[in-house]
Parts: sequence; structure tokens; C-alpha cells
Amino acid sequence: MLETIFLNKQFSNPIVLASGILGVTGASLNNVIKNGAGGVTVKSVSKEPRLGHPNPTMAGYEHFFINAVGLSNPGIENAILELKKFKELSNAPLIGSIFAGTPEEFGWLAEKICEAPIDFLEIDISCPNVSREFGDPFAYSVPAVEKITKAVKEKSTVPISVKLSPNAWNIDIIAKAAESSGADAITAVNTISGMTIDVRARRPVLHNKQGGVSGPALFPIALKCVYDIYRAVKIPIIGTGGVTTGENALAMIMAGATLVGVGSAVYFRGVEVFKHITEEMTKIMEEEGIKNLNEIRGCVHL
Amino acid sequence: MDSTFIKISDIEIENSNVKTFYFDYELKSKPGQFIMLWIPGTDQKPFSVSFDNGQKFGLTIFKRGPATNKLFKMKIGDRVGINGPYGTNFTINPNLHYIMVAGGYGAAPLKFLTQTINGAAIDFIAGGRTKDNLLFEEELTKIPNLNLHITTDDGSKGYKGFVTDVLVELLAKIDPAQKDKTLVVTCGPELMQKKVLDICNEHNINCEVSIERYMKCGMGICGQCVIDDLGICMCKDGPVVNQKLANQIFEFGKYHRDKSGVIVHSQ
Repeated sequence: MLETIFLNKQFSNPIVLASGILGVTGASLNNVIKNGAGGVTVKSVSKEPRLGHPNPTMAGYEHFFINAVGLSNPGIENAILELKKFKELSNAPLIGSIFAGTPEEFGWLAEKICEAPIDFLEIDISCPNVSREFGDPFAYSVPAVEKITKAVKEKSTVPISVKLSPNAWNIDIIAKAAESSGADAITAVNTISGMTIDVRARRPVLHNKQGGVSGPALFPIALKCVYDIYRAVKIPIIGTGGVTTGENALAMIMAGATLVGVGSAVYFRGVEVFKHITEEMTKIMEEEGIKNLNEIRGCVHL
Repeated sequence: MDSTFIKISDIEIENSNVKTFYFDYELKSKPGQFIMLWIPGTDQKPFSVSFDNGQKFGLTIFKRGPATNKLFKMKIGDRVGINGPYGTNFTINPNLHYIMVAGGYGAAPLKFLTQTINGAAIDFIAGGRTKDNLLFEEELTKIPNLNLHITTDDGSKGYKGFVTDVLVELLAKIDPAQKDKTLVVTCGPELMQKKVLDICNEHNINCEVSIERYMKCGMGICGQCVIDDLGICMCKDGPVVNQKLANQIFEFGKYHRDKSGVIVHSQ
């Protein structure tokens, strides 16, 4: 009922772990599969190991989660070993993820990470938390998106998905630029820029002061982004952002998503959330007489 | 998450590098659990709870980096951020005979445990490289039914040797009929804990181990403290794990991952 084909690859269900949650290790990603996800995306990886920002790097609230982890990761060489380990433990689809400061480095990383048994490669050009180091996210600029997409497409041996930012007011135009530069898919969206303040401490909660907001508060924003992108491009969309329930996931698919990314929901409902979401989807589909997801994909556009 | 920005209500100096900070706050923690302590502008780090009587809790902290350096300069009335308690706890059962094996500053959560299992028979093995690494001697001798066994690597206090030597001796004396009424609990350096686990496996004695991994969020989100090959987070399914789970942790006693996720081999 939930089987999904994304860029010719079979997924047992459309729910995939979003990049950044539960890290990089093969064992951790496999544990997400054991908890019911149809596929996983690794936390974004850079050329060299990175420590990320000092803590506090995340905080959870009733309706949202906020983080500024600062892209900590063990570096591409170590990450490749972890991705190989994942495929020893599981045959579920694996989405790699990379980030870099220049198009050239993105190209280099794309070639390198394809040494690992990844099925797809996501390009993280939309992290809102490292602008002091890298400048504004590339995902705000059409020329930057075109350059990076082309650089990665040239070197990658697997299909690529470009991860966009909900802070870009023209996300549909950005998506179109990625498509025309060779992107095979769009991941929409990353977290949206935000902050929280500890009133008693009289300072921002996050050490980085600002962070990326995810969780239920992001959901309607992400949904509209997916809706807009679906109208603008022909390539498939990984709809991500605040999906916490089966109902949210079905709404994403109705807006046009093929796969649905789930991340911060792990904070709200535990790592078992993947199973909960797929069960809730099945229940609603049975009640509504929906036989498969193709039947409803993009249906709100009719 | 509401602000839990609270005043230090008391500070006790344990030794030149260790202080216990007290807070008048209902944390409702259990021994083995930890909190995230925020030193504004510096960092936020996990610390296990060393005291909690329902109205007041304490953290026994070793000065070792920027955050703890700043904390050690703080005075009574200064404020810090607290999140938690997080993680699993040691079994609390006054009907058991506890053998507690503490390596150095790993004594903190075990001392808290001695104060929550009123009346239980306790053998407390406190080991350190030298006598300066030993904590809570005076407090522990006040606990009823507690036998304190002190070991130091250099013989500067108590038995010259390792905590595991004493553990083997104590286990040899246990009546086989009482085996299932005995629980070994341990906290300290990982290689010591691994040895304790191996000894308990050999003697068929139940045990619980506190696993330390680099923790960033404490909420099972960031994936920093996941263990091979189970892939579960030690901030949520740990830090205290039972014997069966400890035996399934492939990396235990072999390696862990650092702040970036790079593998560091145990030594």
C-alpha cells in the first residue's frame, strides 16, 4: 500500500529519515530502518571532520524544535566507512548528503562520497546556521544553485537531490534553476531561520544565537513550499519539514511529494515515530479507500 | 522547554579539582541519571547527579575544560541553566546486596545510589590511581550497612591494586544461593567497567554498567552517543544499561566516538 518508486528505486514506504537527525553512523541509520523508515539520509558530511558549534546546539519546545549544531561530522573519509557499514546491516535505500563552501569542493565531495554505496546524493546548500563561516546559504541565490548543481551533477554517479531553504521567498524559481542545471530531485525544505531567548538568563538559548526551526511549526510552511515546487518542476520532491503524523505525511504527498522526510518528529514521538507514521497513513488510506500513493500524489493541484 | 535558570545554593570542595554544587530545586532524578548543565556563553555539558533528596540536588564536578573552569569561578547565588533529568537509572531495591565498583570520579552516581537504597547491604569498592582521586570517604562511612573498600593503584591509601581484585574476592565469598540477590553496579573508566562486566559474566552475577559516550543533546536526537552495532542512543537507552545490553555493545571497552564522530580507541 505504501510502496513507493523514487527515481527508479523501490522504497517499502515513502518515509525517510531527514538529514541531520540521529547522525552519521551505520548502526544508527540501521536502527532507524529497524524502527520502520523506508530509507535514510545521512547527516551532512564535509571534507574534514568538524566539531560544530558549542552547546546548547538544540532545544525542544511544545510546537517546534530549534538547532544550530554547526554541521559537526567525522569528515568524508570516516563517513564513507559508516555508509559502507550501513549497507552491510541493511539493504534499504541510502541517501548521502554533503555540504561545502564552494562549488569546486561540492564537486570534489560528490565524486568522493560516490565511493560509498549510496543510492542518491542530497546537496545541502540551505543550512541556516553557518553563515558566519560560509556566508548566506547558496539556496537563496539562483546563480549559486545553478553552479553547485552543475558541479555536483558532473561528478556524481548517483541521482542528486538539491535541498532548498524555506527562507528563499522564490523557492519555486530556485527549484526550477536546480532542475534545469541537472538536479534529479528536490528536497524541500531545510529548517527555517529563527531564535529563542532564555528570559531568565537574558540571552539567546542557542550558543550560535540563531538556529533552524523545525517540528510542527514548520509543517504548514514546508507544505506550501512543496506545493509551489510541484507546480514549477517535473522532477520528484522529497517533502520534508515538520512532518510528525501520518496525516502530515499524506498531506505532503497530496501537495506533490514522492518521498517524505521525517526528522524532528523523533524528538516529539521517539525513534518509533517512523512506524507510527506509516501505521497512521495506512489507517487513513483504508478509511478513505486509497489503494496506493500514486492515486493521491499532487491531487490538490487538480 | 521553559527556562530553568537556577541559583547555586551551596558549594562543597571535595578536593583541589572537584567540587559539589548544590541547587534548591526539585529535580526528581534517580541515581545514574544526568542533567545538561548550561554555563551561559561557554558551553552546555552532561553531568551525572550525585545527590538528590527531593528538595535539593547536587552535581559533583571535576574541573577539566572551559565550561567547568568557568563554573569553578562561580559563587553561591550565581545562576546556571539545567535541563533534565535524562537517561536511565540504576535499579533501586533495598532487598538486594549491592556491590558498587567506583573508579575515581565515577563514585558520584554510586554515592547517590547508596543514599536511596535505605538499609540495603552495600559493599562499596572505591578505587583511584592515588588517594587524591578518591571521593566521599566520610559520607560513605556514615551509610548504614555499608562496607567501604578502598583501593589505590599506587598504594597511597587502602589496598594497593585494582577495584577488580577486591570484586573477585567479594564474589568468591557469596553463597551460591544468594547469587540472584546480589547486584554489581559500576561507574568509572571504561576499561575498568569492561573488566567488571567480564568478571560478573564469569561468576554469573547480575550487574549494571554506566556507559559514558559523548552526548550533545541528551534527548536522543543528535545521534552523537549511538553505539555499535545496536545503533541506540546512550543518552536515552543509557547511560545505565543492564548486563544483557552491556554484553551486546560491540564497541564497549574497544572504542567510542569524539565530538565530530571520529572513532577513538580505548586505552
